[in-house]
Amino acid sequence: MVGVARVYRWEVAKLLAQKRTYLGLFTAMIVPIIFVVALEVQSGGPNDVPLGRYIRDSGVVTPLVVLLFMSIWGFPLITALVAGDIVASETHNGTLKTILTRSRERGQVFAGKALAAFTYTLAVVVAMGVVGVVAGSIAWGFHSFTSLSGTPVSAGRGLGLMFASLGVYVLPLAGIAAFGLLLSTITRNSAASVVSTLMFALFMQLIGVLPGTESIRPYLLGTQFDAWHGFLRTPADWTPIVRAAWVSAIYIVVPLFSAYLVFLRRDVAGE
Amino acid sequence: MSDGQPVVARGLVKRYGDVVAVAGVDLTVEPGDVFGYLGPNGAGKTTSLRMMLGLIRPTEGSAKLFGRDPLVDGVKALEGVAGFVEGPRFYPYLSGRKNLRLLADYDEPNSSSRIEEVLETVELRDRAKDRVGGYSHGMRQRLGIAAALLREPRLLLLDEPATGLDPAGMRDMRDLIRRLAGDGITIMLSSHLLYEVEELCNRVAIIRKGSIVYEGELGDLLATATTSYRLKTRDPERARTICLNQPGLGNVALGGDEISFSADEDAVALLSLALGHARVAITQLVADTQSLEELFLGMTGGDSSDHDQEEVA
Repeated sequence: MVGVARVYRWEVAKLLAQKRTYLGLFTAMIVPIIFVVALEVQSGGPNDVPLGRYIRDSGVVTPLVVLLFMSIWGFPLITALVAGDIVASETHNGTLKTILTRSRERGQVFAGKALAAFTYTLAVVVAMGVVGVVAGSIAWGFHSFTSLSGTPVSAGRGLGLMFASLGVYVLPLAGIAAFGLLLSTITRNSAASVVSTLMFALFMQLIGVLPGTESIRPYLLGTQFDAWHGFLRTPADWTPIVRAAWVSAIYIVVPLFSAYLVFLRRDVAGE
Repeated sequence: MSDGQPVVARGLVKRYGDVVAVAGVDLTVEPGDVFGYLGPNGAGKTTSLRMMLGLIRPTEGSAKLFGRDPLVDGVKALEGVAGFVEGPRFYPYLSGRKNLRLLADYDEPNSSSRIEEVLETVELRDRAKDRVGGYSHGMRQRLGIAAALLREPRLLLLDEPATGLDPAGMRDMRDLIRRLAGDGITIMLSSHLLYEVEELCNRVAIIRKGSIVYEGELGDLLATATTSYRLKTRDPERARTICLNQPGLGNVALGGDEISFSADEDAVALLSLALGHARVAITQLVADTQSLEELFLGMTGGDSSDHDQEEVA
């Protein structure tokens, strides 16, 4: 475990030293600000999305509405940018052989990298949430709002529900990160794995809207991005949340374990 | 600490589909050796070093470091071993010192207490705070050695350590390797620079098209070299006749006013007497010892990179 912790610490340090990390983080933080500013300068609103009508009721609602808009490609792209790159860039730069000829087992190196990629996924979503609440509250105040069931939710409780929602939202996003890691390990090409990961995410969304896919829809990764709605109902609807947990777990574990096996055995040769 | 020779490779083969990168490498590096691994570009040097370091899996055969196989024992096989293949690589966006800190944290036991010492050894302390992205090739090579020394290795595996360096850099690198060898570190270095090997190594293996064509003492190899002579006289025609009749001379040939032949020292001494006796004045008598390079070219068939698998690898 000490070995994994050491690798993890350095993986985070490496992320913090790279521009692309900040590009994703910055995007995640600027989107809610643009969103709030745009709604401030015009009178319309995203009335056709859940909670959209209440966007001006409270700053707590802002991140939740932004989540909907970021699900299609915003967060998948930001996630792919790091997860798709984290192994491939080291293969390409030849640094993988540098770190694999020290004393850390390949499994430890992989675990540290995977944890760092998931940490980033969580960090960008939380960063968007915090910035969204602050920006929304500056514009419209920190008030109670109306839940999806039409009942009032106090600002404090709403804040808790908002963070719980972000927590559930991160699960399918972690599935995309795991897929990115797999591609990053197999393809050894950063750009190819980032783009392919994004394509995978878009494909998952696409299947969900095709006619005739109703029966499998609850088990698609894209569907799980809406699972947090369960928290915003009164009483809370746990069915989509529990399903999001186990469905996402499958989408995480299968590619992650495959990537792990490939990483253990793969040849680390020239780029 | 484990037992066994620093490097024992037996029947090492690496195939990529139909392409054979390493066709069967057997070699043994003994304690205290500065072992030269020679071969033309693409002969399979880097691929075999990668197998020794556990970076790629051999298709057949095994490589053991101090008795341990990286394939079986994982990174434990690398205890007491350090080095680099195909040039050392670092994170360009981190400083030299930070790169070493990272690698020290990847070592067991943690080697961070040695960072300043190894930076001093490779004379990089002044630039250690700068990003590696701004380093010259020579500085990266030296940082590579520093990173290897962090591990206090008993065996250093260095792939073309002086390649791409300017003449002063090459000399510094050779001095450094000599100093490390003097400290008792066993060194295996691959090279296609023959004078480098001749200057540094006591034992060599020569690889050609993925197979070892010679392994042994460098001195023994050089002893197999034949010596040829070039002779100029005032009367080339008569000198040629004398040479042809002189015992101990072979391959006598006249080209222009110069005669060439092969012989040992005693035969040459007798020849000079015979020429003097016949009143043929010698103006020049020069020995051309076959160099390591000529031996090498002879063994490798003069091919340079028709077997270019390192890029495929």
